[in-house]
Amino acid sequence: MLRLTDATYTDMVAHALDELPNEACGLLAAVPGTAKVERLYRCRNAAVSSRRYEVDSRDMLNADRDAEDRGLQIVAVYHSHTHTDAYPSPTDVKQAPDPTWRYVLVSLKDAEPVVRSYRITDGAITEEPVELDRR
Amino acid sequence: MAIEVEVRLPTVLRQNAGGQASVKANGETVGEIFDDLVRQFPLLNGQLVNDDGSMHKFINVYRNDDDVRYLDKLDTAVGADDVISILPAVAGG
Repeated sequence: MLRLTDATYTDMVAHALDELPNEACGLLAAVPGTAKVERLYRCRNAAVSSRRYEVDSRDMLNADRDAEDRGLQIVAVYHSHTHTDAYPSPTDVKQAPDPTWRYVLVSLKDAEPVVRSYRITDGAITEEPVELDRR
Repeated sequence: MAIEVEVRLPTVLRQNAGGQASVKANGETVGEIFDDLVRQFPLLNGQLVNDDGSMHKFINVYRNDDDVRYLDKLDTAVGADDVISILPAVAGG
């Protein structure tokens, strides 16, 4: 299960909308060993594309360092799908580097944004619930 | 004489390096450092460098704050006070 605060959820969806027509991407950090997200890092999409994303390498380094300084760890990456469902694409699966990470999709295909979270292990996709934590 | 530097590993590679987050390796370039890492931790073979000798696509490598892709890639020179960080290259569609 991935636990997000209302504020994180709202920020993630807002980021997806801000980046239109391109895909947005960012990283989520939690206390190590948990999936309770404490921090969201908006990252630049180095691919600047409506069909692909690539987390800017400098943003990746800065997020990782900041998370570590706060006793947190990057546990998830999110990105938006502007015209398709909130489900990992074949490219997402092929490039998923870490089976311990969550891959969060924000779909803007319909009027109401849809957020879903997945684990990707050796090419196998497993969805897990996203719980909103009203803090 | 070879230079010893600190190399910081991403979580996904730590399991292949005795569970360590940070290791020491010797070399004067990023490529030499990687060769030494694979000597120390054979399970890292194929996870840093491709068979054709290019840097693996799924990692970002930094000398301090700089992505070595924008320096001299595997030929990037390394000094004693430098820290090499490896992080996942996160991308998709």
